[in-house]
Amino acid sequence: MKILVCISHVPDTTSKINFVEGDTLFDKNGVQFVINPNDEFGLTRAVWFQQKQQAEVTVITVGDASCEPTLRKCLAIGANRAFRVDLQPSDGFEVAQQLSAHCKEENYDLIIAGRESIDYNGAMVPGMLSALLGYNFVTNCMALEIAGGTAKASREIDGGIETVSCELPLVIGAQKGLVEEKDLIIPNMRGIMQARQKSLSVLAPVESDAKSSISKYEKPAPKGAVKLVEPDQIDQLIDLLHNEAKVI
Amino acid sequence: MGILIYTESENGKFKKSAYELASYGRAIADQLGVELIAVSFNLEDATPLGSYGVDQVIQINDPSLESFTAQQYASNLATIAQTKEIKLIVFSSSANAKYIAPLLAVSLSAGYASNVVGLPESLEPLTVKRSCFTNKAFNTCTLDNKVNIIGLSNNSYGSFENPKEVNFSQASAVIAETTIKVEQVEKSSGEVSIADADIVVSGGRGLKGPEHWHLIEDLATTLGAATACSKPVSDMGWRPHSEHVGQTGKPVASNLYIAIGVSGAIQHLAGINSSKVKVVINNDPEAPFFKAADYGVIGDAFEVVPELIEKLKAFKSY
Repeated sequence: MKILVCISHVPDTTSKINFVEGDTLFDKNGVQFVINPNDEFGLTRAVWFQQKQQAEVTVITVGDASCEPTLRKCLAIGANRAFRVDLQPSDGFEVAQQLSAHCKEENYDLIIAGRESIDYNGAMVPGMLSALLGYNFVTNCMALEIAGGTAKASREIDGGIETVSCELPLVIGAQKGLVEEKDLIIPNMRGIMQARQKSLSVLAPVESDAKSSISKYEKPAPKGAVKLVEPDQIDQLIDLLHNEAKVI
Repeated sequence: MGILIYTESENGKFKKSAYELASYGRAIADQLGVELIAVSFNLEDATPLGSYGVDQVIQINDPSLESFTAQQYASNLATIAQTKEIKLIVFSSSANAKYIAPLLAVSLSAGYASNVVGLPESLEPLTVKRSCFTNKAFNTCTLDNKVNIIGLSNNSYGSFENPKEVNFSQASAVIAETTIKVEQVEKSSGEVSIADADIVVSGGRGLKGPEHWHLIEDLATTLGAATACSKPVSDMGWRPHSEHVGQTGKPVASNLYIAIGVSGAIQHLAGINSSKVKVVINNDPEAPFFKAADYGVIGDAFEVVPELIEKLKAFKSY
């Protein structure tokens, strides 16, 4: 089984978000970049398939050379090889087009991408990639088993869980549940040393066109001070919620 | 020409988001002077949409749409969008909407922006504000394409009554090729889901253990709210992952969010930022949540919450 895991290189979840150049660019100054959490759940499941079902795990990202440490980390976690498409993409559509060109050459059985990245939150790439390839697609995927060319997957829906079965090839939008937080692999020294020897190839981008562009960023308006209510004055809280906030 | 909205229903009734999309679509349709068309799948009675400003409702009722499959739904929406020469399609931010929209975008070669907040800043070209960095920021995004799709952030616009004379029509279903088979759907019955709730009550580590969750549940029942929890609580297995809200969990965009014993880590706050009014109950005055909340009680949850429940019951019985 050939598995591809699509990786986004994103600011760590604790990062302070700021913008520079007239609010047109994310301020990377002092920001630690990590594997997008939803992608990491997917990668960890892929490595499980590698260990238990002899799958070959490839990782790929679309981005400039600054993404390479993140790809090396994926290799240290256990991926067999890595690709970087050398393009600074404008939107998710463009990322999906780049990935689809690579997938058409490689014929992966399973393609995993986080259901959304924690920076752009587009939730576009896995679905668009599946549509461009004509593969099956299950997003918000929180459990996945594969046996004999058939996948059984669970999808988180609003207020419940749906279980589906389908044939490979399949694209999934990964999320927590696929593996648990405690299953995430922290690379050991041996993994890190091996990762240096593994293949990380740079691919030239194919022709692609973005369908959206970002002109500026802004931060939410600063919040007013909290109104405190004394614990023995709970009536006052109810009054505020009813008459002032009008939410009950 | 026209604007298309995909309206979702559950148990034979429209979801709240359907009315919000209708109101939102109406406002844009008025600016452009075009028709607002709604599509509903497998719903007997679509008349309530007429009260929210829709001009036309296309109903597709077919056994092939009985269980939700994104490919199937996307194909049907694509067919309607093409026949009606639709330029803008608006989705909600439900799990299913976010599943269909990217598929539809590829089949229509359309631009797509999710998590849109508020009306477009411009219609020619279409420019929208959307949330990003998991609610820690917004970006202004331009979609300059023949067809565009936007996903409206739930509860970001609201719904407004605007009765219109509606033209109802039936369309037949198109069948998409897919080997995806829905085996089972488990719904937590009777409870409000976090995505659809007006009020969400959330508990953190401050509750000291799952045996105290009746406090959260009782308060939620009193308010007709959904229950949620912080990441450590779901990681420790006190509560199911489906209740985890925050950056790597579910986003919350309710009218009221009540956090009990939640310290307010940056990742948690990111997930609940879109909620309109936030209340925090915590015995630690230094808890970061107090900086993000609108109302706060510094006190022991085990005393404050039972009293809040009691007082709310009295308030509700008026």
